[in-house]
Amino acid sequence: MHTVGTKVQRVDAVAKVRGQAKYVDDLSTENMLVAKVFRSTVANGWVKSIDVSKAKALPGVELVVTYEDVPRIPFTTAGHPWSLDPEKQDVADRLLLTQRIRFYGDEIAAVVAVDELTAKKALELIEVEYEEYEPILTVEDALKEGATELHEGTGNILKKTEWQVGDLEAAFAKADCVFEDEFVTSRVQHCHLENQISFAYQESDGRIVVVSSTQIPHIVRRVVAQALGIPWGKVKVIKPYIGGGFGNRQDVVQEPLNAFLATLTGGRPVKLEYSREENFTTTRTRHPIHFKIRTGVMKDGTIVARDLEAISPIGGYASHGHAIVANAGTKYRSLYSQEAIRYKGTTVYTTTPVTGAMRAYGIPQVKFALESHIEDIARAIGMDPIAFREKNLVKEGWVDPISGNRVNSNGIRECIKRGRELIRWDEKKAQLKNQTGPKRRGLGMACFSYNSGTYPLFEIAGARIVLNQDGSVQLQIGATEIGQGADTTLGQIAAEAMGIPFDKVHVISTQDTDVTPFDTGAYASRQTYVSGMAVKKAGEEVKAKILERAHRMTDIPLQALDVVNGWVVWAHSGEQVMSVEEVAMDSYYNELTAAPITADVSNNCRVNSFSFGCTFVEVEVDMPLGKVEILEIYNVHDSGKIVNPLLAEGQVHGGVSMGIGYALSEQLLLDQKTGRPLNGNLLDYKLGTIMDTPDIGVAFVETYEPTGPFGAKALGEPPAITPAPAIRNAILDATGVKFNELPMNPQRLVEKFKAAGLI
Amino acid sequence: MFDTGNIFEAHSVKEAIELLRSNPGAKLICGGTDVLIQVREGRLAGVDLVSIHQLPELTGVTMEADGTIVIGPATSFTHLAKDPLIKKHLPFLGQAVELVGGPQVRNVGTIGGNVCNGATSADSASTLFALNAKLRIANSRGERVVPIQEFYLGPGKVALGQDDILTAILISREDYEGFGGYYIKYAMRKAMDIATLGCVVLCKVKDKKILEDVRLAFGVAAPTPIRVPAAEAVAKGQVFSEELVEQFGKAALTEVNPRTSWRASREFRLQLVEELSKRALRQAFSNAGGEC
Repeated sequence: MHTVGTKVQRVDAVAKVRGQAKYVDDLSTENMLVAKVFRSTVANGWVKSIDVSKAKALPGVELVVTYEDVPRIPFTTAGHPWSLDPEKQDVADRLLLTQRIRFYGDEIAAVVAVDELTAKKALELIEVEYEEYEPILTVEDALKEGATELHEGTGNILKKTEWQVGDLEAAFAKADCVFEDEFVTSRVQHCHLENQISFAYQESDGRIVVVSSTQIPHIVRRVVAQALGIPWGKVKVIKPYIGGGFGNRQDVVQEPLNAFLATLTGGRPVKLEYSREENFTTTRTRHPIHFKIRTGVMKDGTIVARDLEAISPIGGYASHGHAIVANAGTKYRSLYSQEAIRYKGTTVYTTTPVTGAMRAYGIPQVKFALESHIEDIARAIGMDPIAFREKNLVKEGWVDPISGNRVNSNGIRECIKRGRELIRWDEKKAQLKNQTGPKRRGLGMACFSYNSGTYPLFEIAGARIVLNQDGSVQLQIGATEIGQGADTTLGQIAAEAMGIPFDKVHVISTQDTDVTPFDTGAYASRQTYVSGMAVKKAGEEVKAKILERAHRMTDIPLQALDVVNGWVVWAHSGEQVMSVEEVAMDSYYNELTAAPITADVSNNCRVNSFSFGCTFVEVEVDMPLGKVEILEIYNVHDSGKIVNPLLAEGQVHGGVSMGIGYALSEQLLLDQKTGRPLNGNLLDYKLGTIMDTPDIGVAFVETYEPTGPFGAKALGEPPAITPAPAIRNAILDATGVKFNELPMNPQRLVEKFKAAGLI
Repeated sequence: MFDTGNIFEAHSVKEAIELLRSNPGAKLICGGTDVLIQVREGRLAGVDLVSIHQLPELTGVTMEADGTIVIGPATSFTHLAKDPLIKKHLPFLGQAVELVGGPQVRNVGTIGGNVCNGATSADSASTLFALNAKLRIANSRGERVVPIQEFYLGPGKVALGQDDILTAILISREDYEGFGGYYIKYAMRKAMDIATLGCVVLCKVKDKKILEDVRLAFGVAAPTPIRVPAAEAVAKGQVFSEELVEQFGKAALTEVNPRTSWRASREFRLQLVEELSKRALRQAFSNAGGEC
């Protein structure tokens, strides 16, 4: 009986539906103090003077600290694994609190009080005087002569990367046609349901405990210790259930400050919970990127040369910084083949909200540019846009010339075929010719490729399994459940590897860095593929130990035995020999040989695999009102073997809805004079509601990925990638108007339709 | 955690007036969907509140002997939309308030609060303007009736004194009998949003084709909800036609003067004014029994 590939119920379903699942705030204790951050109301400058005496005097205020009181230790907040190579370490450009202000909302001081209201009132009593500079809101502002430097000696450039494969100019020279264009993507926010929250306290032995809504507990532990300048072992991080992450919690946003405050309260816990407004503008956002793209094509539709430049205003601090713009280049490379290709990526400091990891890490941006551009080329050379893509898409066996990663399974062509059938592409294309009137329909599609984890970057994962007396197990994993269902799919992989029923696997959802195996966390669509490898390895080790003991108990040769559905069986016939429970009891209580069965494994994953997929969409555009209605949308994915089809479908629903918001409505706006966020709240930032979300069709083309656990590849982030370019191409199909800037919101549509004489 | 002062629960309008009078600066709260936002934002930090939540004498819809429909201001949007009198005589008002926020907001938010909050974007307000609604207001000195056009003074400003309470919204028979109508809420989302532009057309149709009476009102086209007499005059007494619809849309532009803000440009708002006027007229004509 197989568990992998079945729709088992997610392990936390009942607890979450009943409201029994514990989140950070549910774990609050009595006598907990509340912290609030005092933030700058200018975007660029220095604090000339600060007076906290009135705030300190307010009854109920326990503590007020400013930039003068914190350790002068620069640290990084990026949720990347540590590197022993200083060259590869993230930029350490933060202090716990700052005198130098680098964006509107930068953190100057913090208040700790008996309750939230008192803390808020204390913030209003802090008096501050600024030396104010011109805000730097764009790349142009940042790089112009005489611009103030946000970080000394940088010239406001965080990093530039450039790579090239093949002879680019020769390939362009050979091309029959060369197409050039520009694309611009917008600043958006994750909007996870639970705002950023943590609480911290110091134990009597001096160790600091941080309970946090994070995706990366082991990295939080390291960063807290680094920021405070204390040994890493002095910090313990606990991660309970969390209300969504989407990358925003792959960043150590508030825990170091909170841990620092907790060292000053005599052991009383301190809670720090951001408001929705703080969450929007002072945590992390998606990188807006400006692309210049150039492609050389032969008359028959063969792509010969590709060139892309990307430049991004990353905000006041590096955070994940350049890694995201670099990743955009990597994934630009891995969808189509050509003779020569080049990429240039630049990241620039600006006094805007800090950018960081967000679902698919630079790829919704680059695929918007690429897949819009590819559509335009196909139309320009008079070729069917699907045929044009099919001609140039990478094939099985393709090896990335820079990373060395190899395509071992590739279902992209089948995905396209399936999407085309589901939306009835050919039939509708014929019907939609020669439309007139104010409302017009169109079809669009877009493709993506993605990776499973970050290799050739560092990919370590850990799992621990303990076999109980009754034949059930506890499974502990270092990767985290963030709503995506990792606990369930990893539980399925464990059950499959051991040959025991899924309901015998008790997944320990909470991570506690004191006892949880080391794993860098939930990000990069790595849990099923990378952490799954560790879980499979642990499961196989437990199974081997069960078989070994059963062999010794029965003298049946080892190779003749297997474990199936909780029983040790004759491998050739399936005949039951003894239950796993019987073996387990022997392992615990055999007076001569007792040695309870456990496995504690680490897996250093030194391989990667490519996920593929596409979006097909039909829209109706109401031109006089600038509204786009999605009539049908399908996402078709090759994520290898699907471990849990129901959870996989849910993952796609969430990603597509995120992609639709990215396409049509979401954008964090800043006042162009002051850099103040204009719409950092859920009313003015147009995150779609369920009423705005169409029925989302989902299909999987199941390939077998030989490197993945039971054939699985990544699915977490990919669903969010292609909705935006597919919708853009459908609007083009409907109206003939190209939109090269996100979001494609009503005002932009009306402006362009007017300019095109359509209304 | 909300920063409020004292919270008084009134058991009658009389008591509520007395509480407002004796607690200067106290603010009336009913459903709380606007007041609590202002408390959270700090605009009403520390405010004393007098609650008239679900006060029976302010709740429900009735009809007086002369046919006047009396809407209790503490009636929630949900109850209003389901009320038999509203469904029969003012279905377009029910349709408008069903577009407020989301179900949770509509279950507690009230039509009286919608009006007294003074926002130009209030989904009920433009329809009440088109209906020539009158507002009955009580205080410690007695009662008065004010036309809704005179009640709105500016953004967030209405003609209410410290101990004034809106006790009824009145719609006269001649303002609703025979009218069909349609409200369009143009927003960036289908729920949980505030209108970029609200547009309502009410009309009375004779012989299935003549627009005997036409009323056009907007929310968000000006600092307060407005009527557009110039457009009404163009259509009144005319036979319905697509040419008339076009003229109506153009005429609507003559009395609005929207501004460019980060939410929307002037040009975009003008486009919506013209287009929504036309669409609302077509649908209202049909709802009033007109046939093309």
